[in-house]
Amino acid sequence: MISERGILDLPSRNRELGLIALAVLITTAGFAAVQLARAEEFSSSPLVAALLFAFAYFVAHAVVRVVLPDADPYVLPITAVLTAIGLIEIYRISPELARDQGIWMLLGLGLFVAVVIAFRDIRRLEELKYTCGAVAVGLLLLTITLGASVNGARLWIRIGGLQIQPGEFAKILLVIFLAGYLRERREVLAAPTRRVLGVGIPALRHALPLLLLCGISLVLLVAMNDLGSSLLFYVIALAMIYIATGRLLYVGAGLGLFALGALGAVQLTSHVQSRIEGWLDPWAVEQTSGYQIAQSIYTIADGGVLGAGFGRGLILNSAGGTIIPYAQTDFIYSVIANEMGLVGAVAVVLLYLLLAWRGFRIATSADDGFSKLLAAGLATTIAVQVFVIVGGVIRLLPLTGLTLPFVSYGGSSVTANFAIAGLLLCISQRANRERPL
Amino acid sequence: MNRRISNLFIVTTVALVGLIAMTTYWQVWARGSLEARQANVRVVYRDLAIDRGSIVTADGIVLAESKPSRLDGRRVYTRTYPEGGLAAQLVGYSSLLAGRSGLERSLDPELSGSTSDLAGIRNAFDRMKGDTVRGDDVILRLSAAGQQEAMDQLEQLGVRGSVVVLDPSTGGLLVMASTPTFNPNTGLEEALANPASPLLNRATQGLYPPGSTFKVVTAASALDSEAVTVDQQFPGPACIQTGGQELCNFRNRAYGPHDFGYALVHSINTTFAEVGLTLGQQQLEETMRDFGFFKRIPWDYPPEQTLPSGIFNRRGNLVPFDTPVDVARLAIGQERLLATPLQMAEVAAAVANGGQLVEPQPVQEVRAPDGSVVRRPQPVYLGRAMTTETAATLRQLMKDVVDDGTGAAANVAGLDVAGKTGTAETGRDGKNDAWFIGFAPADAPRFAFAVLVENTDGTGGDVAAPIAANVLRALTEPAS
Repeated sequence: MISERGILDLPSRNRELGLIALAVLITTAGFAAVQLARAEEFSSSPLVAALLFAFAYFVAHAVVRVVLPDADPYVLPITAVLTAIGLIEIYRISPELARDQGIWMLLGLGLFVAVVIAFRDIRRLEELKYTCGAVAVGLLLLTITLGASVNGARLWIRIGGLQIQPGEFAKILLVIFLAGYLRERREVLAAPTRRVLGVGIPALRHALPLLLLCGISLVLLVAMNDLGSSLLFYVIALAMIYIATGRLLYVGAGLGLFALGALGAVQLTSHVQSRIEGWLDPWAVEQTSGYQIAQSIYTIADGGVLGAGFGRGLILNSAGGTIIPYAQTDFIYSVIANEMGLVGAVAVVLLYLLLAWRGFRIATSADDGFSKLLAAGLATTIAVQVFVIVGGVIRLLPLTGLTLPFVSYGGSSVTANFAIAGLLLCISQRANRERPL
Repeated sequence: MNRRISNLFIVTTVALVGLIAMTTYWQVWARGSLEARQANVRVVYRDLAIDRGSIVTADGIVLAESKPSRLDGRRVYTRTYPEGGLAAQLVGYSSLLAGRSGLERSLDPELSGSTSDLAGIRNAFDRMKGDTVRGDDVILRLSAAGQQEAMDQLEQLGVRGSVVVLDPSTGGLLVMASTPTFNPNTGLEEALANPASPLLNRATQGLYPPGSTFKVVTAASALDSEAVTVDQQFPGPACIQTGGQELCNFRNRAYGPHDFGYALVHSINTTFAEVGLTLGQQQLEETMRDFGFFKRIPWDYPPEQTLPSGIFNRRGNLVPFDTPVDVARLAIGQERLLATPLQMAEVAAAVANGGQLVEPQPVQEVRAPDGSVVRRPQPVYLGRAMTTETAATLRQLMKDVVDDGTGAAANVAGLDVAGKTGTAETGRDGKNDAWFIGFAPADAPRFAFAVLVENTDGTGGDVAAPIAANVLRALTEPAS
């Protein structure tokens, strides 16, 4: 099929290539700007980093060109710009961290290529839905039993010298499971067999796995002490149930259950309690539980409309650490808002909106239920994560520790998100091939 | 399903637009009020970007300067005090933790380049652009040599005390020492907690009974109002009765008949008590007011660090003018009369300056970063404390105090010293606050001074006068 057209005669791939070239330009300029602003401190040339970035993305593009010639041309360039912004700001915080992040970006693109090659026919993944579900639950149980507590939340397991956040991978596996499972059962779930108090409910045996999942999410909330991941899993599940069944009732009931559970969790755990306290009135607890959020807001406000400029904001303290604790992970958005200003922060949010739009667009153009559910679920994953973490650092929501996809520092997060990008491309290839652009 | 996917996208859009709205709120609307918040360290860091001007003594010793360092890639300045505790209370500190005090506080607009003139406006623009703002340098009238000697003298004795030296004709502040001192570079937190209050500038914030040094004021009042003449004879008994209590001479000594001048030279309490009764409270307090008592001395220093001298009630509050007191005891510097060393130096300076009270002047010159002179303060006269004739009479009598009276220890070879001792009993097991005030050379005074030693066994003549002599020697010696 590829041979019918020349490898250079692919309009969407050429568009993708052009956009990636643009992202490379942004990367180079950004690194150069940080280098210029901080010339007295940094010695290693950022040019090498920019070249490596360009090389990795061009390789990924070349693989896509060969394997998925008709795939969506925007997803990969959007991840490139987001990754570049993340790398630049992390480099600005610490060149050592940026080197790590660079390595993870390479690993992530490696996983992207592997996913693209392995699941170029996305239906192959549907057969693995129960495996995925089992592995996801296994990963989460592993985290709970072996997990190390960082900053109050139990999210990490240590393998050798490496810290891995299994939740980042579990969320993708759960989406795959849900897509497969809901595709299979959507009719029986949507068609109630009994009525209770005038409300139709499906047969228990069909709904049981879903109820189990909700239960697991709430258990995770308490066991992992992590409101963010729990919220993420739960909202993804509800969104996919809504798409599959079209029944807002399930969503409403689910949200109500979660709210009750969360309320209980607030009573039970001091960790969540202090987060709520810091959210409601950070100024009253500015030196204790509200410290991070108050510093985050000062940092954001300090950026103003146009920002301080790459490398020119006040991010580090006199000891060389970041003024906001965990600026490179949870609070990377605050750093972006400081140095790139409102203009840059809005651009980043719009990039996510664009990415979510491509995801949903891929979902609507796909012709089978599994692909639709999977693409919509993955787009929701990205969108919810952005909303929860950015909402947290700008005090729209209580602060929960999630990463900003592609931007935050962290190996598990970066590699997992590249897998999402790979899956989206695979789905779009199938949809676009059968109904060409 | 596509319909529902579209709905989900709409929800996503609303959520992400919410993020944009909230970010806009913080970066545009709330920005100003957040900057005004005390706990916002970013504002403090912005202050660090100011290259605060140096404070230098008249003989070129740097007392305060800003050292550049880097914070997150930007140039910031740390305030350092190369001489440590040399003039710590006078210079004060400019610290992120403790705020500002002393000259660092009163001269802050010039030191930080935030004056209200054109240069200040230009600096405000630089600050907005994030450029370094360079403050003005201040050159003091202070003599590092004299200051060092004063600190050495007080610290050798291990006493709490103060030395103030003024140029009587211009008010130039040549020495202002206060012990114990502190190291403004490293010792600020410790000093805040120290019960000996090293942060207290004893020259301006320490209130002490002036004892017999106050007889200079009483004498000025008596001679000016012509209530007595210098030759007037007094009986000189050891003790008299006043206010229902006995008032005695130092060591209960009886002097026999003598004139008023002799009474000042030998500090005879019974004679001055009688003079006080003759003068009356109103006359004496009016003279005190002319000398600067009852109000803060106005000078280029934080008002909250300059306490007024006067009569205090038992709760430690300054009593209003004319509140009934035992004027006989007031005349010899008792009756809850309290004065700062700076006030007593002003008394000495007024005598030395022919009766004119002059404002203490710490600053010789303010220089812009380019070296040009921004300000060179002129002497400010605060009014006449006594007539020229009275001043001349007191000058001669105070010279006699050193030549053959209680102040013999203040003698400096080649420098005609004039002065008056004071030994105020503190009421704590035989301890005194010892004073010596005066000026030199007696005929054309260049230095007017007050020396105070807190809580000592000795008298003003034994303890305070030698300190004055050594400081005067250091001030007149050519720089080594």
